[in-house]
Amino acid sequence: MTIPDCHQAHPLLSAAIDGELDPAAQAALDRHLAGCDDCRKALEEQKAFRDTLRSVLTRHQAPDGLHARLMASLPEEKPQPTVSSRPRRRWSHGAWAGSALALAASIVLFVSVPSHQDEMTRELVAAHVRSLMPGHLIDVPSSDQHTVKPWFNGRVDLSPPVPDLSEAGFPLLGGRLDYIEERPSAVLVYGRRQHRINLFVWPEPGRDRAVGQTQRNGYTVLSWRQGDIAYAAVSDLAAEELADFRRLWQGKAQEGP
Amino acid sequence: MPHVDAAFNLAAWLVRNPADAEDVMQDAMLRAYRFFPSCREDTARAWVLRIVRNACYDWLAAKRGHVVVGFADVDPLDTDGARFTADVFSGPAEDPESILLRENRRDLLNAMVAALPEEFREVLVLREMEELSYKEIADIVGIPQGTVMSRLSRARAMLMRDWKARDDHS
Repeated sequence: MTIPDCHQAHPLLSAAIDGELDPAAQAALDRHLAGCDDCRKALEEQKAFRDTLRSVLTRHQAPDGLHARLMASLPEEKPQPTVSSRPRRRWSHGAWAGSALALAASIVLFVSVPSHQDEMTRELVAAHVRSLMPGHLIDVPSSDQHTVKPWFNGRVDLSPPVPDLSEAGFPLLGGRLDYIEERPSAVLVYGRRQHRINLFVWPEPGRDRAVGQTQRNGYTVLSWRQGDIAYAAVSDLAAEELADFRRLWQGKAQEGP
Repeated sequence: MPHVDAAFNLAAWLVRNPADAEDVMQDAMLRAYRFFPSCREDTARAWVLRIVRNACYDWLAAKRGHVVVGFADVDPLDTDGARFTADVFSGPAEDPESILLRENRRDLLNAMVAALPEEFREVLVLREMEELSYKEIADIVGIPQGTVMSRLSRARAMLMRDWKARDDHS
């Protein structure tokens, strides 16, 4: 590797302090530093600033009892049945009252525990909203399907098709890695006028599932499963327009590149 | 929840308010609880921090009413950040100017970090306070390691520039 000039060396200093440069880059930087007083001085300055910063940054202490409160907020693992634990003699008023209570409890449970589908929708919409915050939408910005597709190699356990839909008015903006139910998911980001579409693609063994549509907070989620891969398109577009996107995308994806 | 102290510290730095951080922790705890069995001990800290980080951004997005804040909207030393750190660490609220007058290095540096745009703040807190590797930070934030490197470098450069500017004034 050639010896970098100051302009090339400067962005490496921060990683050098952290000991995070790969050996070749570190060696090249060392050769430059040996002959450059300015960069050596800059390195010392950054080190000193980092040490100052570390010594003054305030560690926020978890309030007393937070851990206990968090544990208490968890749903009970196994709700104890009210009736079956009693000695079984004969039906008494108490037992009737007990079973009524258990019934009431199970209805409440049924109503208040969100289904897996609801929970999934909530996560998908939350991930979509999060992606719209600055710096979160795209890890690999590119309108070129041949750049986006290989980017996922090694990042997620599948290689999603990345069809080009720009002629239909859905330009590819790039790709991202996100997490759905704490598992990595490939995300393809498409545009539609000023709107964004996040298409999540992750491995999920199971039977094929036809397209289902859910709505939450003004966002539409279309999800389906095909060949052990789950798909979910999320956007604030009108549901019909998102359905158009879904049809086009799936059609093109099956055609192959 | 394991690593509750590191998790709370990250949440407090990201939402910039300890009471809100506690709410976020409740939400994160529920998520962690549902998936905990699938987690190995050696990756538990990064895993918990990732869940807490995502819970923070969900919370912030809900609070902003889904309004996306652009880069240009972020004041380099916004008063929210300064007031938050002043509140927590030195009692009554103080504006950045009076902190500056007192030349309190600790308060000023904390306020400057609190005022960093969040994509820079999160990598800085994970690196300087949790001393995580670039690889671990990349996993938590969900960005490539090269991006961790460049964001950290920029975050430090911004802080040093502001720090020097303040120093020259006094």
